[in-house]
Amino acid sequence: MSITYLEAIREAQAKLLRDDERVFIYGQDVGGTFGGAFKATKGLAKEFPGRVLNTPISEDAIVGAAIGAAMQGMRPIVEMQFADFSSIALNQILNNAGTHYWRTNVPVPITVRLPSGGTKGSGPFHSQSMELIYAHYPGLIVMTPATVEDAYTMLIEAVAIDDPVIYCEHKYLYYHLKADKLPEKGLPTGRARIAREGRDLTIVSYSAMMQESLAAAEELTREGFEVEVVDLRTVKPLDTDTLLASVARTGRLLCIGESFPWGGATAEVIARVTSQGFHLLDAAPQRLNAKDTPIPYHPNLWNAHRPNAQKIATKARALLRE
Amino acid sequence: MLQTAQRTAKSKTKKATPPHDRFLEAFRWMLLARTLEEKLVSLYRGGLITGGVYIGKGQEAVSVACGLLLQKGDIFAPLIRDQAGRSAFGEPLIDVTRTYLGSRLGPMRGRDGNIHRGHPRNNELAMISHLGAMVSVTVGALIAKRFKGEKNFVGLACIGEGGMQTGAFHEGMNIAAVEQAPLVVVATNNHYAYSTPNDREFACDDLVDRAIGYGFEGYSLDGTDLSACLDVIGGAVKRARAGRPPQLVVASVLRLSGHGEHDDASYVPEEVKRQPFARDCLKMAEQTIIDLNLADAETLAAWRKDAAAQVDEAIAAAQQEAAPEGNKEDWCALSTRDLVDHVDE
Ligand SMILES: Cc1ncc(C[n+]2csc(CCOP(=O)(O)OP(=O)(O)O)c2C)c(N)n1
Ligand SMILES: [Mg+2]
Repeated sequence: MSITYLEAIREAQAKLLRDDERVFIYGQDVGGTFGGAFKATKGLAKEFPGRVLNTPISEDAIVGAAIGAAMQGMRPIVEMQFADFSSIALNQILNNAGTHYWRTNVPVPITVRLPSGGTKGSGPFHSQSMELIYAHYPGLIVMTPATVEDAYTMLIEAVAIDDPVIYCEHKYLYYHLKADKLPEKGLPTGRARIAREGRDLTIVSYSAMMQESLAAAEELTREGFEVEVVDLRTVKPLDTDTLLASVARTGRLLCIGESFPWGGATAEVIARVTSQGFHLLDAAPQRLNAKDTPIPYHPNLWNAHRPNAQKIATKARALLRE
Repeated sequence: MLQTAQRTAKSKTKKATPPHDRFLEAFRWMLLARTLEEKLVSLYRGGLITGGVYIGKGQEAVSVACGLLLQKGDIFAPLIRDQAGRSAFGEPLIDVTRTYLGSRLGPMRGRDGNIHRGHPRNNELAMISHLGAMVSVTVGALIAKRFKGEKNFVGLACIGEGGMQTGAFHEGMNIAAVEQAPLVVVATNNHYAYSTPNDREFACDDLVDRAIGYGFEGYSLDGTDLSACLDVIGGAVKRARAGRPPQLVVASVLRLSGHGEHDDASYVPEEVKRQPFARDCLKMAEQTIIDLNLADAETLAAWRKDAAAQVDEAIAAAQQEAAPEGNKEDWCALSTRDLVDHVDE
């Protein structure tokens, strides 16, 4: 048997609905016989009547309603049709969900699923990676699973957590990633994973760029380099200890992100490693992100806009030579 | 399901209206709110309150009806001018004075101030500043109650005519109707959003006309008339509880203060202050009491004295309490402590 990243997300939700009567799914086109724009909730409305609910195109109100339901003891899962449209819900997520526990002592256990990142031909408004915005604001946990196994266990974990979780699932990985079976349990939330061991260079990444980084590392073995790849898994909290331990082994750091270059997880990783582990570094840390323009539609432009295995390998070679 | 928006005739003469059976109770909450807010204003002027003070002067009748006519288990989402409603719903006075005076024992513990307070566990939602946002949150709380199999509950969310123009408000109203949530939205048109008068806020003839478009039933209300407030808002609560579509009540008043106490409201022209909607609901209610001989002058004086005593006590208590301190604060925005992100400072 083989299961995709997308199927893992569906299976996690089926399990959550089965095991926990507080769970319901709320979002555009998630219900009926349709099962979501990407089919992440396929069949769930039929299997769990009344608990997988279609909503109007009202991202603000969808998240607002989820917040109200969570305060009353429910565990809503919101599906944004695309991460990009969560901009309409920023106010509810950042200012309502994110502040609520701090202000009132009452946590808001909502999970917001964001189909994130670029795919060929998707253009400026169906390709964004928004983890930076959510990680910047207090009161939110931001998950960025890069494997089928993590897609499954982290979504289950997200719903169990008493605080709001932004779960960034990558659309490119939906069909491209497959696993043989789903695990019972994953690493604890907030722990980064050494996806591949090496001693010459640490590449830190997450979500789809973790897969590109692994491919780059593979390419570099042919040139005699042993590259360590760290998968952040959650960009908030950020597992600084694992990052420092890795850089202590390799002395070199390259961070890869698919989001726009200003700020973001890659900048945060470099800031932390440099301020806490400057002595561990043999060369100035580097990073690679998408370009500072909207995400282009045409595949030629899109390929040039975002990092990929080849570009990561080129950047890594330069850093290894230093 | 779409319903035709209905309107009650705007009441013309108050004296003919027989008071609601909770008229006197409501009046005393209004009196308490007015007394408290007058005191807060003087503390503010004396420099004893940090941050803004926002009062509900002129809106107590609408507000009190909102808080008073809800029952245990109902959800209340008050806004900035709802002291009377909050008190009637069950918010202790000490919550207010602790929040304004910065006691660390208050419900917000110094983390948020003035009207941004609430008790979500007691179903009094803690508003965020962003207007319109609390409508959908109230709907969500009602959806949860439905999921949990509870019966007979309603939610009531307050809004000003300014907040009615936000996208969040429109989304919230629409989703309430889609969900057929037992929701009452009480909109108070006090003719200003901060300094902006109605003609730059919206262009429809009457805001209540929007009810039909949202899938609500709509009612207009003279917000200066306490009996009418109790009747109309009470009726809306009853209908929502009975499973009618969500209810919109649009009340007309004048904000009898600045937007906040920092604002002298010099932009309100004199002729607006002479309009019928500019009458003071508290004075009107008191006149009704006198005209219909519902309480004698002695009783009224005793009520006033009692309100002042309660307010003084709540202020004195809060003033003695310690303020929060930065180096003792628990700087943790998550309830899941082991998931807090630690940045070395
Ligand atoms: C979305 C949003 N924009 C701006 C503000 C700043 N603000 C606070 S109260 C207010 C006026 C509100 O007017 P209205 O809704 O009519 O309520 P009123 O103050 O008249 O009771 C404004 C502009 C806000 N709180 N929220
Ligand atoms: Mg107003």
